[in-house]
Amino acid sequence: MCSFQAKTTLVKTDMFADIIYKKSKTKKRLVRFVRLLRENRLAFSGFIVFFIFLFIALSGLVLTSGRSPVFDPAHIRLQEKLRPPFSRANVNILQPDEIPPMGIYIFGTDNLGRDIFARMLQGAWVSLTVGFVAVGISVIVGIFMGGIAGYFGQGRMLWVDTLIMRLVDIMLCFPSFFLILTVVALLPASMYNVMIVIGLTSWMGTTRFVRAEFLSLREQDFVKAARALGLGNLRIIFRHMMPNALGPVLVSATIGIASAILTEAGLSFLGFGVPPPHATWGNILSDGKNFIFDAPWLTYIPGFFILIVVLAFNLFGEGLRDMLNPKLREDR
Amino acid sequence: MSSPPLLSVENLKVFFPSRKGRLARAVDGVTFDVRSGETVCIVGESGCGKTVTALSILGLVHAPPAMIPEGKIIFRGQDLLGLDEEDMRSVRGRHITMVFQEPLSSLNPVFTIGYQIKEAIKIHNNPDKEELDKRCVDLLRAVGIPSPEQKMSDYPHQLSGGQRQRVMIAMALSCDPAIIIADEPTTALDVTIQAQILNLFSTIQKQRGMSILYISHDLGVVANVADRVYVMYAGTVMEQGSVTDIFNAPVHPYTKGLLASLPHRSQRGKRLYSIPGMVPDPSDKPKGCPFHPRCPDSMERCAVYFPDKMYSCGNGHLVRCHLAL
Repeated sequence: MCSFQAKTTLVKTDMFADIIYKKSKTKKRLVRFVRLLRENRLAFSGFIVFFIFLFIALSGLVLTSGRSPVFDPAHIRLQEKLRPPFSRANVNILQPDEIPPMGIYIFGTDNLGRDIFARMLQGAWVSLTVGFVAVGISVIVGIFMGGIAGYFGQGRMLWVDTLIMRLVDIMLCFPSFFLILTVVALLPASMYNVMIVIGLTSWMGTTRFVRAEFLSLREQDFVKAARALGLGNLRIIFRHMMPNALGPVLVSATIGIASAILTEAGLSFLGFGVPPPHATWGNILSDGKNFIFDAPWLTYIPGFFILIVVLAFNLFGEGLRDMLNPKLREDR
Repeated sequence: MSSPPLLSVENLKVFFPSRKGRLARAVDGVTFDVRSGETVCIVGESGCGKTVTALSILGLVHAPPAMIPEGKIIFRGQDLLGLDEEDMRSVRGRHITMVFQEPLSSLNPVFTIGYQIKEAIKIHNNPDKEELDKRCVDLLRAVGIPSPEQKMSDYPHQLSGGQRQRVMIAMALSCDPAIIIADEPTTALDVTIQAQILNLFSTIQKQRGMSILYISHDLGVVANVADRVYVMYAGTVMEQGSVTDIFNAPVHPYTKGLLASLPHRSQRGKRLYSIPGMVPDPSDKPKGCPFHPRCPDSMERCAVYFPDKMYSCGNGHLVRCHLAL
């Protein structure tokens, strides 16, 4: 009886020790990541801006949607058009539900008297989703194509590699922005079409370097060892090689988000993007350009925010690359 | 010679295309067999085709560009060269498996070792989660990893070189294979660890009765582990025999040269012997016996004619040399 009890307590402490051991390990890694991030100031500021942007976009989604949103991005007040930033709303002529929160147009109003702050909030969500969904599509396609091409880039299955890489070459022949313009012009205008089209025209870069990464990974012993254990091709590609190639993919995805946001803004500016009345940073800019001398804030505000967000993603991406590259980092 | 050997390789040839349309004859007519429960060593210099032989047993040489124009690899009465990829995969791991030279690069750096061992178990049979955990711990304990429950959640870089090689061996053991091919498994390890790993191999072999095909260039290791030895040079087997025959009564000048180049206590302070010359380029081998330009006992006919069979020196000791006649 006594020995049995001793045994159970032993097992318990063992389990407990195990849990603590595991927890401290993940915590240690997190701490190390944060420290590395803080050492790289540019990347850290990019990271912070990214989080602020994420927060704004999410709250923008909540605050600007619904039947009576807090910030109404679509409400037209013709009496109040082209008001500069921080001007007070004229409480006397507006209906109570037309008045912006706190009675101030934080970023002013446009030529139809719509609240630019509300429109920027709505547009933030568009930029965020376009960035993430488009890059998500391009990364998934790119990883899949690049993985297959790289793994089979030799021997009997060489034609698979050749086929995929020539397809990449063909896709890269087209100037991608004009390709996107053409496709978007042919499709019915919607936010989702824009995302899908941007995603499907930007997977080539990912494919190329995932393939390059795989060509070198394929010769590594652990791949040979996995084969010697009898694992299947697909399992080796996606379970064993992919996680090893994911670092650079992550970096290029982060930078890719920046360029997707920029592309969407460009499309909206040209009138091919997300259809009005939905606001995006690109079409606020586009609408504002007609009043650039009378109401410069209509162009400066969206322009400034596009700049900041794109810059933040680029800096964060580059910082991430430095952090993931063990050669550039000193382990102390 | 009562029961047929477990694995027999007959006249295996593996060629690679090299520059200017020539062929690199990496493996050029190798014949050997492995009986169940024994340890067979293949010895030879770097580049003599040991590793390619091992890889082709498992079908791991990429088949173009490589060519296998001739030969048979018969395992339990079945020619492995005739199998398609699907059938071959069920042989790998379950019946024949391999332990590689570099234990660090043979483990996937992004997964814990527990995950990798469990995966190896899961490929060929699928036990439930508790059974899987238990078997994983048992395997790690069998290869002498201390506190296996904790080590299971470690990543390969957190282990020492010897421990990594133990993990590799555990993975190789996971499906109770009939043959383990060990391709220089101790080369990357220091001497004390090397001895431990060799002991581990022999313990495992005694416990589970499996065969080991041990590939090495280290004669000291070979003398330790082997039952029978095959000496390879330039893609062919030069001499074969029991470990005592090879080490005590070598016949082939190449084997003699290899043994003479081992450091020995009685020759302290003297220069080490080395076989003059270089291993021939596999795409440009000399006519006749491939060893004759370097051979101290070379005769006229050696440059013309390479014996196409092995001469017996009795008791399974075979030599491919005119001197043995």
